[in-house]
Amino acid sequence: MEILNLEGTEDTPKIMLDKGNGIFEISGRSLPEDTAEFYQPILEWLEVYAQNHNDKTEFVFKLEYFNTASSKLILDVLSALEDIDGTSVLWYFREDDEDMEEAGEEFSELVEIPFEFKTY
Amino acid sequence: MKYIYDLHKTMLANNLILIYEGEFTQEITKSVLAMAERNMDSMGEESNIKRKVFNVMVECLQNIVKHSDEVDDQDSDQPTAIFMIGKSNGDYIVTTGNPIKNENVDKVKGRLDKINGLDKDGLKQLYKEIIKGTEISDKGGAGLGFVDMARKSGNSLDYAFEQMNDKYSFFSLKSTISGQM
Repeated sequence: MEILNLEGTEDTPKIMLDKGNGIFEISGRSLPEDTAEFYQPILEWLEVYAQNHNDKTEFVFKLEYFNTASSKLILDVLSALEDIDGTSVLWYFREDDEDMEEAGEEFSELVEIPFEFKTY
Repeated sequence: MKYIYDLHKTMLANNLILIYEGEFTQEITKSVLAMAERNMDSMGEESNIKRKVFNVMVECLQNIVKHSDEVDDQDSDQPTAIFMIGKSNGDYIVTTGNPIKNENVDKVKGRLDKINGLDKDGLKQLYKEIIKGTEISDKGGAGLGFVDMARKSGNSLDYAFEQMNDKYSFFSLKSTISGQM
């Protein structure tokens, strides 16, 4: 399956979705002008991946900042992951970033996926 | 030329760090954010305060980009929108002003009043309700901006509407981020 690899910019996160190497990661800042358009290829990639997925999918979120429009799309990504057996989420936040920790906790309450929290 | 000195004095008197007046786009949003970030860095601001201010600024700026109503009158030399950030007694104050259609005033006012009437847990509940229930609008908003601003700032949102003419009102919004957390 094709690798989806997007470099991060000042307003879009870095994306790495690599089935072969088992790397699934969204990191950096997310405040794109058109959030739905930016996340579309990610949701499409996950749709294809869901049809023939690895036994385990550890999806890493290592976000420094995301805006409210992105939070809706992050929930869409999590909802897509919910349908893939063996998925877990690794939610990173900076040690002093309570808001990012709380955001992860809220997402974990909205979907049926095990979350693990780590500081960096 | 006296207006220059007057403006300078007004900025100092109101502890304003940055004012932007004009057109709002994503590119301008990024530039304003970068300037404000550098400013907070040079003041040696704590990272958690910086993040909260950044957060509120993004929602304010993107609100204007997405929701400010175009004033399509003949005299379109009218200001498009204004963004300001100031620091007073250690608190950051982020303010915006933009025209909205008179017919939308009650709707916006209703949303702000609802948010201002909620405590921390109430805001969390509202956030979860909205994020579960909404689709991204064609303007690209999730309807979460005001809720998030109230949550991240930890303060209620001050607002005012001044009628500009029979079509538009000027919507001013003020968010305060406390310096001592």
